[in-house]
Amino acid sequence: MSEIKEKEPLFSAKNLKLLTEPIDSKNPVTVLVLGICSALAVTVKLKPAIVMAISVIVVTAFSNLIISLIRKSIPNRIRIIVQLVVIASLVILVDQILKAYVYDVSKQLSVFVGLIITNCIIMGRLEAFALGNKPWPSFLDGIGNGLGYGLILVIVAFFRELLGSGTILGLRVIPLEWYVKNGGFYENNGMMILPPMALITVGIIIWIQRSRNRKLIEE
Amino acid sequence: MSLLNKIKSMDRNSNLYTFLYASGMVIVVAMLLAIASTALKPAQNKNIETEKKIDILRSIGKTDGIDEAKNKHKFVAEAFQKYIPEQLVVNINGDTIKGLEAFNIDMKVELSKPLEQRNLPLYVAKLDDGSIKYIIPLRGRGLWGPIWGYLALNSDLKTIYGATFAHQGETPGLGAEIATPEFQKQFRGKTIFEGDSILTFTSVKVVKGGASPDDTHGVDAISGGTITSKGLEKMLSDCLEPYQNYFEKIHKSL
Repeated sequence: MSEIKEKEPLFSAKNLKLLTEPIDSKNPVTVLVLGICSALAVTVKLKPAIVMAISVIVVTAFSNLIISLIRKSIPNRIRIIVQLVVIASLVILVDQILKAYVYDVSKQLSVFVGLIITNCIIMGRLEAFALGNKPWPSFLDGIGNGLGYGLILVIVAFFRELLGSGTILGLRVIPLEWYVKNGGFYENNGMMILPPMALITVGIIIWIQRSRNRKLIEE
Repeated sequence: MSLLNKIKSMDRNSNLYTFLYASGMVIVVAMLLAIASTALKPAQNKNIETEKKIDILRSIGKTDGIDEAKNKHKFVAEAFQKYIPEQLVVNINGDTIKGLEAFNIDMKVELSKPLEQRNLPLYVAKLDDGSIKYIIPLRGRGLWGPIWGYLALNSDLKTIYGATFAHQGETPGLGAEIATPEFQKQFRGKTIFEGDSILTFTSVKVVKGGASPDDTHGVDAISGGTITSKGLEKMLSDCLEPYQNYFEKIHKSL
């Protein structure tokens, strides 16, 4: 780490770019279309989505850091297995910690914490970035990609919870008197709770993002 | 140190290096995970224990204030102690087994034993108005995995006071509906014995297409959740019937 410090400041323009690019123009979900499965599964409510996002940020950041630290010692022939072992251990740790300290949320997330192992974003970053870069930039790259993934998850979950259940983080937003059953005019959209609407919401986000940033549109 | 240096200077693509690297990695990772697991186990067990207590309290409708409580574990433990003054374990003949704690009995293990050897846990609840309820733990199989719950009986030992069910991974919106208050509310007031006596065990049936309002042994099944509904019905009859002898004994002594 000290070696990097001498060469360039911790948050140089180049390093900051590693952190911010995956949030917008190189977003793993909307641009690279990775990690869609969990974006459908854990976004019915906002709270599990936030916990999932934090878990993925932790796993991407630390697996990138660890792989980058040992990158010169990894035998090339078993590098994928080494990466998997690092990811799997981190995921098990996260899962155990969630079970111990936020039991309710860990029950809602059920298998999906374990399935972070199969999230292509993480392995993709290890192969594409951590194996060829120094620890600090790798760590930032991991956080950036985790944030990019988490941001989409939180946006999707926000709209699904608001329109599907009329609540945000479990707090009622749409007043109960508005509902048809209480003599009002409003009804929750049951479709929002089902996975297809998550896909459609992601689609809408991609649409908005591309209309703002023309460079992302393929020829 | 010389050994480490030797390894360091080895060819990164040789078989021996790869083998040593993999072995070393496995040992380090296994140690780390074992330490983490041991360190976190007490907190995890506490969560599971509290959840079980909440489930039991829910069957008698005493879960108010748990979500707002600052120290959930303490709050639940106090409520549990207050409302569940007595726990006992009986066998198929209705005799009380001494030296066993109902709370520590693993229903999964018990259900795999033959009926004669089964330990049947029973919780006796005392509500604020002094009325006695008997809470029976249930466990069965749904469509995707285990389902479980607790059924509270009034002191006449045949009318249901309340019921709560939980599941591991039933289909959301279909089988998972067994965990909703709407489904569980239906069980209130149903009876598990035929007529006035407690001689003919009937359990509670889950009726497809909806039970008629005057059916005292039937509740509405879940549309689209047939296998979960059937599993729930089987769970009720399997787990309640073994208590019949014990119930008769209490009934006679009343």
